[in-house]
Amino acid sequence: MSALLEVSGVSVTFGGFRAINNLSISIGEPELRAIIGPNGAGKTTFMDIITGKTRPDEGRVLWGEKSLSLLGLSESRIAREGSGRKFQKPTVFEAQTVRENLAMALKNPRGPFDVLLHRKTGEGARRIAEVADEVGLFEHLARPAEVLSHGQKQWLEIGMLLAQDPRLLLVDEPAAGMTPAEREHTTDILKAMAETRAVVVVEHDMEFVRRLDCKVTVLHEGSVLAEGSLDHVTANQDVIDVYLGR
Amino acid sequence: MRQSFIAQNPSVLWFIAALALFTLGVTILSEAFGIGVLSTSFVKTLGKTLCLCLVAIAIDVVWGYCGILSLGHFAFFGLGGYAIGMWLMYARTEAIVVESLASAPLPPTEQEVIDAIGTQIFGVVGASEFPLLWAFSDSLILQLLMVVLVPGLLALVFGWLAFRSRVTGVYLSILTQAMTLALSLYLFQNDSGLRGNNGLSGLQNIPGFEDVPQATISIVFFWASAAALAIAYLVFAWATSGKMGSVIRGIRDDEARVRFLGYDVERYKLFVFTLTAVVAGIGGALYYPQAGIINPAEIAPIASIYLAVWVAIGGRGRLYGAVIGAAAVSLLSSWFTGGGAPNLDLGFFTIQWTDWWLVLLGVSFVAVTLFFPKGIGGVFDLIPSRRPTPRIGDYGPEKGALRREEGAP
Repeated sequence: MSALLEVSGVSVTFGGFRAINNLSISIGEPELRAIIGPNGAGKTTFMDIITGKTRPDEGRVLWGEKSLSLLGLSESRIAREGSGRKFQKPTVFEAQTVRENLAMALKNPRGPFDVLLHRKTGEGARRIAEVADEVGLFEHLARPAEVLSHGQKQWLEIGMLLAQDPRLLLVDEPAAGMTPAEREHTTDILKAMAETRAVVVVEHDMEFVRRLDCKVTVLHEGSVLAEGSLDHVTANQDVIDVYLGR
Repeated sequence: MRQSFIAQNPSVLWFIAALALFTLGVTILSEAFGIGVLSTSFVKTLGKTLCLCLVAIAIDVVWGYCGILSLGHFAFFGLGGYAIGMWLMYARTEAIVVESLASAPLPPTEQEVIDAIGTQIFGVVGASEFPLLWAFSDSLILQLLMVVLVPGLLALVFGWLAFRSRVTGVYLSILTQAMTLALSLYLFQNDSGLRGNNGLSGLQNIPGFEDVPQATISIVFFWASAAALAIAYLVFAWATSGKMGSVIRGIRDDEARVRFLGYDVERYKLFVFTLTAVVAGIGGALYYPQAGIINPAEIAPIASIYLAVWVAIGGRGRLYGAVIGAAAVSLLSSWFTGGGAPNLDLGFFTIQWTDWWLVLLGVSFVAVTLFFPKGIGGVFDLIPSRRPTPRIGDYGPEKGALRREEGAP
């Protein structure tokens, strides 16, 4: 396991409020990592920094073998480097069909002229069908995404991530609004994906984190409070005080 | 699952067929090639309307599909008109000058001819020198190139600056409108080199075809306008379907999400903005020879706002909707303002439509927005299989996103 993402000494301030405070995290490839923490601990801001949405005031974010600095790169460029993001609220293109949503995510050249001259291939169609099957939306391929249920939209977004085939996967509360059976399926997919790539899961639900069975990072007030196995961090007195105890 | 382009977009075939029928009908009724029921000026009005439909589908692509409410596309339209107008005016004045100088005792030198043309064209603004802008005006090929290059480059530079700064929504609309206003104010100046508020005139006289009657010229321009509309419709239908269309509509509804999928949103916006500006320029180059005159008032911001109104009334996000809106409103407009509509006598007050048409248009715009958000084009959704499901929110967080009431076309 080599480090894919190196975040070191990152701080960011929003109007005087220090959302991230000298944060350092290293994510390997492959690795499955859960990030937990109370509201306002900086979990979402952490994802925003990695995906280029928020620029930190100081610190370094390095990516891959060549230690490419992600700071100053656009969101789309970072995504093309191989990072995919799933939002807390399912964000799919509701005016378009499931197939169109997946086709847009499919790993292919992203320039306007590549896309304009893009020809549908059998390989692409096969891949879309494969992904749709994996997330249980195969029968819904031709339907517009707006008619899907909340849970199905979550699945569609996970499917879009699968189609994107990223090296780093950032997943924000994947299990929200899912039935127990669906949660189990989600855990399986995340674990399977983490066999070949880096997967970072932000989650509130401790039961879900336990099932992921992976290294856990606890964030508090914008920095790392504890890191290790779930049993290790839940035994930590600081963690109990700020998070579990309340 | 692989279907042909036409099978996926049946409206294209219907549209081309309807346009072909219409063109044939007008030709048969025209003075030049038919039974002469339609006057030459009405054929010109129809030809101009087709050009307005052309710029309307351009606006629909940039606004209805990509979510950028541009209030500047009529400026690109006008620039296309100016570009072709410069050649038309130069070449025609040259012909007149050469003819009049031919009777002089000494044959005129080349410089004398050019000076005489300059005096003819710019005398009206108290100048006689050719400004730099007119450097290519003696060449049809180069001016035709300008029809495409000038709007294209302006859109490219303007769009690059605006999109790069991530200006979106109403702020971008204001910015495009400011560009339009600045351009029209500049052109109003006498020393802008384009004859100030006089504009370019006599554009209906096509150099080299002085002996051809206007009736014939009008129908030829009508055909050209119809062909341009058909080609643009095909190109836009192709560009807005398939994967490109997917990405563009994604940008309209939720551009942040598109970015996180790895698409460079700014480049896509720039592509769409520039392509539509070029099409608008071509529309203008076909329109103004039919109108005969172009002046800076044509470029005024209100013209671009009308464009958006047409598209909204016709139905945003479907190309045929833009065509229906532009054709219906602009033809009605010339009927009402041309005194074609009978005055409405209410007893205590007489509504004279020449004055009240704009009020009616304003009320219709509000009514369409409130009660028929899908516009006139929405009637095609009444075909049962196309009825959409009711939904709760809009289709995305962006300002230009499809609204709940509009539904996915």
